[in-house]
Amino acid sequence: MERTWNNKAWFMVLPVLLLVAFSAIIPLMTVVNYSVQDTFGNNVFFWAGSEWFEEILHSDRFWEAMARNLAFSAIILIIEIPLGIFIALNMPKKGWGVPVCLVLMALPLLIPWNVVGTIWQVFGRVDIGLLGYTLRALGFNYNYVNDPFDAWITVIVMDVWHWTSLVVLLCYAGLVSIPDAYYQAAKIDGASRWAIFRYIQLPKMNRVLLIAVLLRFMDSFMIYTEPFVVTGGGPGNTTTFLSIDLVKLAIGEFNLGEAAAMSIVYFLIIMLLSWVFYTVMTAYDAEQ
Amino acid sequence: MARLEESTADGRTLMRQTPASAEAQIANATLARKMRRRGEESRFWWLVPTIYIIFLMLPIYWLVNMSFKTNQEILGAFSLWPRNPTIANYMVIFTDPSWYKGYINSIIYVVMNTVISVAVALPAAYAFSRYRFLGDKHLFFWLLTNRMAPPAVFALPFFQLYSAFGLIDTHIAVALAHCLFNVPLAVWILEGFMSGVPKEIDETAYIDGYSFPRFFLRIFMPLIASGVGVACFFCFMFSWVELLIARTLTTTAAKPIAAIMTRTVSASGLDWGVLAAAGVLTILPGALVIWFVRNYIAKGFALGRV
Repeated sequence: MERTWNNKAWFMVLPVLLLVAFSAIIPLMTVVNYSVQDTFGNNVFFWAGSEWFEEILHSDRFWEAMARNLAFSAIILIIEIPLGIFIALNMPKKGWGVPVCLVLMALPLLIPWNVVGTIWQVFGRVDIGLLGYTLRALGFNYNYVNDPFDAWITVIVMDVWHWTSLVVLLCYAGLVSIPDAYYQAAKIDGASRWAIFRYIQLPKMNRVLLIAVLLRFMDSFMIYTEPFVVTGGGPGNTTTFLSIDLVKLAIGEFNLGEAAAMSIVYFLIIMLLSWVFYTVMTAYDAEQ
Repeated sequence: MARLEESTADGRTLMRQTPASAEAQIANATLARKMRRRGEESRFWWLVPTIYIIFLMLPIYWLVNMSFKTNQEILGAFSLWPRNPTIANYMVIFTDPSWYKGYINSIIYVVMNTVISVAVALPAAYAFSRYRFLGDKHLFFWLLTNRMAPPAVFALPFFQLYSAFGLIDTHIAVALAHCLFNVPLAVWILEGFMSGVPKEIDETAYIDGYSFPRFFLRIFMPLIASGVGVACFFCFMFSWVELLIARTLTTTAAKPIAAIMTRTVSASGLDWGVLAAAGVLTILPGALVIWFVRNYIAKGFALGRV
């Protein structure tokens, strides 16, 4: 749409600006403050310069949490995106099945995140949970509390359960926007199922897939509540992702300087990724 | 319009093919066979969605199942459905103020947040969809970064900020804190819906002598009513599912139900039945309203970009 130049529009944006600035800029300034200062208590602070940043960038703990988080994000993207596309392709296109599928599939997205954790914590328990009990009955030595591998599997399956529907819904929204004429033309040309997918459906889903990949990456990169409830970051540190580590550092150990420096590094990474998201999005919008 | 052009293009292809003789007939026969085969394939369309939905529903079913059992039954005998269904667990929640107040607290701050977010987002989204102004793109991007910001980064600074204002353990503190990600979300969703309304409508209204507020309330709002509904729903939802910030900013008087649940797990031991009942009750609001937004749900989760 052609938009007219009008700087008075700033007045309409002002309430949003003030409100979000209050919730975003002031807290971020506190974080910046802590990241360059040190204290021996009693609210006496002195300048520490870049010490905290050097410490965080040289700490194995930070890089390990980062590596775990990247591995987690990569695994769930590899599982959720193809699975989501596959399910979306098999969704009914019309009739009573459509609303039923949409509503049931969207349900996990609307469950409070700690309840998602609780559901899986209970579900996976070997004494009272359906999943844990069944696996034990089948002879698997499954125990997500003590076994790092089982803990990872549980957290990943939980995330697949929680968020694959987002990919399904987005892909489905892209698929239903394809006019019937495209399929008719493909049938006349005798196109194979794969060709229809590759040359008609996939190009039409490009945009929504882009959104899905970026949203899933961002949200999995800052995941906190669900793994915290299920595993508490354990066993040991094996499921301690960046956010869990940060909260441990800030609230558990009250190591404000290091936590603040970590927050800033974390936030800068998120900023960078958001920027990629935004530029790719707007470039796409401009093309259409 | 795109649809119309497509079908004419398609019609041309059809016409080109019909005059051909024997070759076309063979092609038609294979086509018919292909279409039949595809028809057979599509008879099993329900298989994949059904398996997926069963996978989604099993853990939820297990929670519901547990909520109707007594603790002895949960821990004693493994059963796929409650042998002696009881609503005692739900009664605990509905009669004990420390439980049901959690729901009231959650609903109060969630509603406050929804009203604030959508109210401030409406004019801003209008500005973004209709005007270009100094720094508009930077501002839009900055809003997005706040939607993407990890709550863990903000938990501690929020605590200190709201302590300084003496707002800890109040509903408004949580409502304002959740604006961090809900206002950007509402702006993005509403901007998506507003951009779908042709600009000619605004111009015609101004020519007809409508003032801006009257135009906005009388003409524009009804046109984007579904957008407002969807924005409200998503603000409600994301405020309802968030726990980290809500838990950090409250102690007792405004504690959300989700935080009360976690406390009960660790402290009073393992009252699994009540825990399950509380969990089921937190799923219900989403399950009840999801029907109304089913056609827009992808748009909402994609920040209005589908």
